[in-house]
Amino acid sequence: MTYRRRASPLHAARAGVGAVYCAALATCALVFQHPLILGAVALSVLVAAAGAGVAHEVARTARFTLPIAVLVALVNALVVRDGLTVFARLGELPPFGRIDLTVEALVYGLVLGARVIVVVMCCALFTAAVDPDELLRVFRRVSFRSALTAALATRLIPVLARDARRMDDARACRPDPGPRVAVLRAVATSALDRAIDVAATLEVRGYGAARAGHRSPGAPWSRHDVAFASAAAGIVVLSVGARIAGVAGFDAYPLLSSPVGADELALAAAVVAIACAPFLDRRGIER
Amino acid sequence: MSALAFERVTYTYPGAPEPALRDVSLTVEPGEFVVLAGLSASGKSTLLRAASGLVPHFHGGVFAGRAVVGGLDTREHQPSALAAVAGTLFQDPETQVVLGTVRHELAFPLENRGEGPAAVARGVEEVALALGIESLLDRSTAELSGGELQRVALGAALAGRPRLVLLDEPTSQLDPVAGDELVWLLRRLNEEWGTAVVLSEHRLERCLGHADRVVVLHDGAVACDASPRAFLEWAAERSPALQTPAARLFERAGLRPPPSGVKEARATLRAHGLLEEAPAPATAPEPPKRERKRDPFAVRARGAWCELPGGRSVLRDVDFVIAPGEKVALMGRNGAGKSTLLRHLGGLQAPTRGRVEAGGRVALLLQNPNDYLLHETVGEEASADALAQVGLERLAHRHPRDLSGGERQRLALAVVLDGGDPTAVLLDEPTRGMDRAAKGDLAARLRAMDAAVLVATHDAEFAAAVAKRVVLLADGRPIADGPIEEVLTGGWYFATETARIVGELTPEAGAERIRRRLTIEVAP
Repeated sequence: MTYRRRASPLHAARAGVGAVYCAALATCALVFQHPLILGAVALSVLVAAAGAGVAHEVARTARFTLPIAVLVALVNALVVRDGLTVFARLGELPPFGRIDLTVEALVYGLVLGARVIVVVMCCALFTAAVDPDELLRVFRRVSFRSALTAALATRLIPVLARDARRMDDARACRPDPGPRVAVLRAVATSALDRAIDVAATLEVRGYGAARAGHRSPGAPWSRHDVAFASAAAGIVVLSVGARIAGVAGFDAYPLLSSPVGADELALAAAVVAIACAPFLDRRGIER
Repeated sequence: MSALAFERVTYTYPGAPEPALRDVSLTVEPGEFVVLAGLSASGKSTLLRAASGLVPHFHGGVFAGRAVVGGLDTREHQPSALAAVAGTLFQDPETQVVLGTVRHELAFPLENRGEGPAAVARGVEEVALALGIESLLDRSTAELSGGELQRVALGAALAGRPRLVLLDEPTSQLDPVAGDELVWLLRRLNEEWGTAVVLSEHRLERCLGHADRVVVLHDGAVACDASPRAFLEWAAERSPALQTPAARLFERAGLRPPPSGVKEARATLRAHGLLEEAPAPATAPEPPKRERKRDPFAVRARGAWCELPGGRSVLRDVDFVIAPGEKVALMGRNGAGKSTLLRHLGGLQAPTRGRVEAGGRVALLLQNPNDYLLHETVGEEASADALAQVGLERLAHRHPRDLSGGERQRLALAVVLDGGDPTAVLLDEPTRGMDRAAKGDLAARLRAMDAAVLVATHDAEFAAAVAKRVVLLADGRPIADGPIEEVLTGGWYFATETARIVGELTPEAGAERIRRRLTIEVAP
């Protein structure tokens, strides 16, 4: 999945604002464990992705993350001894020892898995809808090292994806192709070499050399910039405020406690409304 | 002030037992065009990396001596600062384009230097026009072909008009037309802008005619630093693997001095009355009509099409047969459909229409040998028999990525040959980045195989060394198909250097023709 310019309010906003918007959604998912709020963030990301024309990419990434989330849930259920509601006794199971599966550990594992999926969806939205070239320029002004890291990340992923495709073709040409995991391992071990190649190119293109050079006065903020920046700020303020106020608390152990009252419902609705509001303004966006 | 000055530079990579550069002293003056020659692993890339400052700042290691680029000492200035005076282009275009669109890519070095928006816009336009890539400006870099990527990367290296350009085998992934164009372009920049050029290249015949000097590295040290003609005389005596085909032709024919290119060779022969005025180029033999169904074949395509979802056809109604044991070269410009045809014949892709059939197992070796290296040791990659077949049995304990480029290519060949004798071996650009000695070794191995061999290549000399038949592909279908002597002696681009001089395929055959002519000249 790579960035491609599309006609959408999120693509029309400046890259820095788009990145902050995605980060705000991810922050909300990290602040709350309450399933209702996680669901609200997931819904917000999906609506935002649809509004940006990248719903297919974000949904596909979520599907790829599903096995990891299930794995997290299973491992949590197997290794965590907390929780009082035992629903299965598996006896001695090396290397875990005596295993009693509890509803609480399983649910908490599912919540952790759901959180992983939602955060990955936020990252997918960022990758598909925020211009990495423009972001690179923003970072360059702020911090050379952060920019280098960001540039490496944005460039390296497509390079490694192409490497993986080619290696998979080469694997298919072997008389005994063997498992695909060998390709994954080879791509992972070659990532350092590729990162060095990309970083060397950035160096010889003069990256990080300009210190006191020309600095343009900066373009005025568009209404999309203002809308998405306001939404990001609103989500962060709402999340932190609600957390401090004790709204949408969630405890898994020893017994599940996940209150769903008017406060939680209002918070979930507010998150969705604030996150989706910038997409209502489509004036000037090409169809 | 010199564009580049090395004073007794010795450099050892971290953990390496031997220095990669040994006591190198070298000066490149403004406006000079210097070709860097040498066998694989002779230190050419390291020298270019030392000139760009990546050695030692980026790679670490032990550096002794002094390297000054455009007045900046590389020990005191980072590569990013040196980029203002020296543009650098490496071999692999995949990792050399760092931004999403061509326009951003060309603007990137200018922005890094702190240029204002107007200067950046002008710089982008100028370099795009100079390289003929203005039509690509708003294209995504992810959509570009290898050749286009290489031109864009060159544009990024030239943006801001550096005084010195350092290029590490920039034509290795280009077809003959694009490769020649790139070298001509460098010559133009060199002449019109006064840009000093240091070009590392294995195919010396492509660039010697443009060079002011040739610097040969051997085992990290400067072995020769001379004019192209003096270099060729040195190579004839000391390093025959570096001789160009034209120089070999003259040497075999007993003529001196060795020519630096086709034009000079023809002028010398004409002056001595040894050049037969070439007849009008023979019409290239047309592809044969569809073979009979019962003819034996190693692989064949019958009316094969490859149509992309957008409607573009990469292969168009291809009829193509290789007989058992036949050695065939597949040539054509970048994007002609060579790789796609190989992928279809190798079973990696199915035709959207038509049929592809094989008479047995087909071994397909794709472009990049590194893609076949999935394990920790050479011995795990292929069986002992397959390693012995390519002469790598003694390296079974080594890590595949510690091998040289030529050795990796042989290992990848062992991987696809493993598991029984194939009926056909298909190779896609197997000589990229190989020196002439490694190419000769590979050609000999392919000729000795019992299996049919189909090799897609841009290298006419390599094709002549391997194949008896050449198929020329254009726009997804064969446009010429016949004996190699006919196809590669009648063209301008798809022809060996010897063919362009005397109309014979190899230096040996060309020398024989010249000797016959000499005999006629002196006969009473």
